[in-house]
Amino acid sequence: MKIRNSALAGIALAATAALGLTACGGGTPAGGTSSSASNGAASGEITVYNAQHESLTKEWVDAFTAETGIKVTMRQGSDTELSNQIIQEGQASPADVFLTENSPAMTQVENAGLFADVNKDTLAQVPAEFAPSTGKWTGIAARSTVLVYNKTKLTEDQLPKSMLDLAKPEWKGKWAASPTGADFQAIVSALLELKGESATEEWLKGMKENSKAYKGNSTAMKAVNAGEVDAALIYHYYYYGDQAKTGENSNNVTPYYFKNQDPGAFLSVSGGGVLKSSKNAAAAQEFLKFITGKKGQEVLKNGTSFEYAIGSDVPANDKLVPIKDLQAPKVDAAKLNSEKVTDLMTQAGLL
Amino acid sequence: MTSDLSAPPRAGTTTAGRGTSPRPPFGVSAVSVLAVLIALFSLVPLGYVAYMTVATGWDTAVGLILRPRVGELLLNTLLLMAATIPLCLLLGVAGAWLVERTRLRGHRVWAVLLAAPLAVPAFVNSYAWVSAIPSLGGLGSGILISTLSYFPLVYIPAAATLSRLDPAIEQSAAALGLGAWRTFFRVVLPQLRIALTGGALLVGLHLLAEYGAFAMIRFDTFTTAIMTQYQSTFNGAAGNMLASVLVFFCLLLLLAEVRSRGSARYARVGSGVQAKALRLPLHAYQVPAQLFLLALTALAFGLPLYFVLRWILAGGADVWTASEFLPALVTTFTYGLAGAAATTVVAFPMAYLAVRHPGWFSKSLELSNYVTSSMPGIVVALAFVTVSIRMVPGMYQTAGLLVAAYVLLFLPRALVNLRAGLAQAPKELDEAAQALGKPPLLAFIRVTLRLTAPAAAGGAALVFLAIANELTATLLLSPNGTRTLATEFWSKSSEIDYAGAAPYALLMILLSAPMTYLLFQQSKKVAGQ
Repeated sequence: MKIRNSALAGIALAATAALGLTACGGGTPAGGTSSSASNGAASGEITVYNAQHESLTKEWVDAFTAETGIKVTMRQGSDTELSNQIIQEGQASPADVFLTENSPAMTQVENAGLFADVNKDTLAQVPAEFAPSTGKWTGIAARSTVLVYNKTKLTEDQLPKSMLDLAKPEWKGKWAASPTGADFQAIVSALLELKGESATEEWLKGMKENSKAYKGNSTAMKAVNAGEVDAALIYHYYYYGDQAKTGENSNNVTPYYFKNQDPGAFLSVSGGGVLKSSKNAAAAQEFLKFITGKKGQEVLKNGTSFEYAIGSDVPANDKLVPIKDLQAPKVDAAKLNSEKVTDLMTQAGLL
Repeated sequence: MTSDLSAPPRAGTTTAGRGTSPRPPFGVSAVSVLAVLIALFSLVPLGYVAYMTVATGWDTAVGLILRPRVGELLLNTLLLMAATIPLCLLLGVAGAWLVERTRLRGHRVWAVLLAAPLAVPAFVNSYAWVSAIPSLGGLGSGILISTLSYFPLVYIPAAATLSRLDPAIEQSAAALGLGAWRTFFRVVLPQLRIALTGGALLVGLHLLAEYGAFAMIRFDTFTTAIMTQYQSTFNGAAGNMLASVLVFFCLLLLLAEVRSRGSARYARVGSGVQAKALRLPLHAYQVPAQLFLLALTALAFGLPLYFVLRWILAGGADVWTASEFLPALVTTFTYGLAGAAATTVVAFPMAYLAVRHPGWFSKSLELSNYVTSSMPGIVVALAFVTVSIRMVPGMYQTAGLLVAAYVLLFLPRALVNLRAGLAQAPKELDEAAQALGKPPLLAFIRVTLRLTAPAAAGGAALVFLAIANELTATLLLSPNGTRTLATEFWSKSSEIDYAGAAPYALLMILLSAPMTYLLFQQSKKVAGQ
């Protein structure tokens, strides 16, 4: 008997060793109160489920932690991966804050009833057009749809009048996109909202026929630059970001804005929200207030993300086309539907 | 080593009545219970896939499986396997034959160099090739990169077997008038059957499971499509149905391997010393052979190494920021060690039963583990995400769960080694120690465990290597904030920050190199048995 017990003990020991790792790597320690923040301000630690660009959120996090002493842990993923994950996790979700690149995933979590109300003073920092009427989440930045094209392969008069033209036969094999990305799926959701289901289905069918699929907007732009494909439907800031660095992936590329309230001129709102299940709601609200505040928005204006600042009257980076010149179509962010879009794209054979 | 085994027996421990029939060190039943528990646990992913398929509902499942996109993925995957597996067999056997059976100049060096590409993770290889030719994409590139990455999986066992073959049969064939080529095809090749089917199975499973390498060159297989679905819907029906098709393929491969392995016996029977194999003179073929091997190793190992180093130089000192880089290294090490230790411990009961109590029972336990480890990391990870959220939320997103997934994925690596080690530690020694008065457990620890230690270490090293380069399961299951070398490399290279990704690539290669060498050495030892 003794012998069997020791054999079992050996296994148990190994299991404990494996589980021991949990303690240092895994769980979210209950909010410690040793933070230096004084006079009743929020403190402790929060977990951010981050679908925004890792480098942008890291800039926000570093500035926020420096100011408040609140420690932030990030989990990186894509918009819909994380929104669906939060929904499956439900009340047990370790997430305190959810940040996305686009708004459809925010709406999804909102519809599942998992967001807490955003604090009034945070909402006050963001113009109404960049936040849902429900106040369950808020816009934190914005990004414009753009067609980047290779100057040596296309001339201005060959460019399409509307994004919808890209489904026409003459564009076969000429354009690229990153259909697996949340960015592209947000553009499709805007199309769905503006033109309806059958037009969207038709357009996706044309896209399957005409387009080349790349993984990631930057990879698609790189392909345009290298002449592998003539044009790519992506967001604006990949171009400006690369230009600000070496231009290695964009020197043969020009951005083209559809304007005229075309679906291709869609301005997508990145969202931020606080989970109802947050164990440190005060710190989570504080974080949201910080990134929509002056300092947070100046990270957008002065940093390397080249996304549009939208809150606290901070103007966009002066290298960008101003928001008012984009002539974006009016789309209610709260109406964008990601589930429907992934279904339609799965049906079209793009996913 | 053996002198330690005969430590003086303690007086008075020889209890009356034990006689000459020594008891097994553990009750066999205890080991069996453990092994059954482990086997049941390892069937969780398979059960999950089956459950999801049923839960999705027949109509929805059929709709999701029988659609054009699945046809495309099927075609891609089948063409990839149909081209890559034969190419790997061809390159692996040709390389092994040149190195082991001809008077190839520098054959000792070539022998190691041909195994070296295994130290380059396939997704690092892909990254290097995309750096060299940015327009790479599609099936052709998939075949190129996976062939260069995986042919050593055939070469290593083929070389090990060739170096052990009894040349007497070949000599008889020659004496009976068979020419060199005919001898090769009719005598040598059949004897390589186990090595070749085993190698082909490994290549096939890698092809089904690979994600990073194919995602980087825009080539879609079931695994890349499942990952895409996961990122769009986290745990949607479409992704799960793709997973069920993928698992079906893995099982088919496994079955095909078992069938084609056959039951013929290849080991040398009888007494006497095996003759040393003759090496064929190459004459005019010496130069072409050298050029062939040079080209192969340059493409498979030289090119990735060159581009990794080039990006490192291009990136300069800036990319080596310790704040990002050290935590990833430490995390990779910690998971590698914990996973390797846990896997070895878990493999032990199975290996013990298989060696000491062979039979249908231990065979079926073992098979259940092979089935699971043949599944791609992404399927195992999907299963763990779902099961842990619903049934053991406390385990969700913990390091423990990730380690458990590693154990299931890499169990055979530890098992195969442990079994070989246990087979070399005859139970008679154990019994002798008991007869000399050692209590069974002590005898077991002093004799068997000690003799098995080198094999266990070898198996653990292989598991460590696999964990260090693992991507998909780590991406899905890791605790919040976790960064490993593989995930950091992946996140940097997908943002086309190739210079930033290079240090992680180099470290993965450096970690892998000694393990690859160990695997190469180990295979030669095991081949004769």
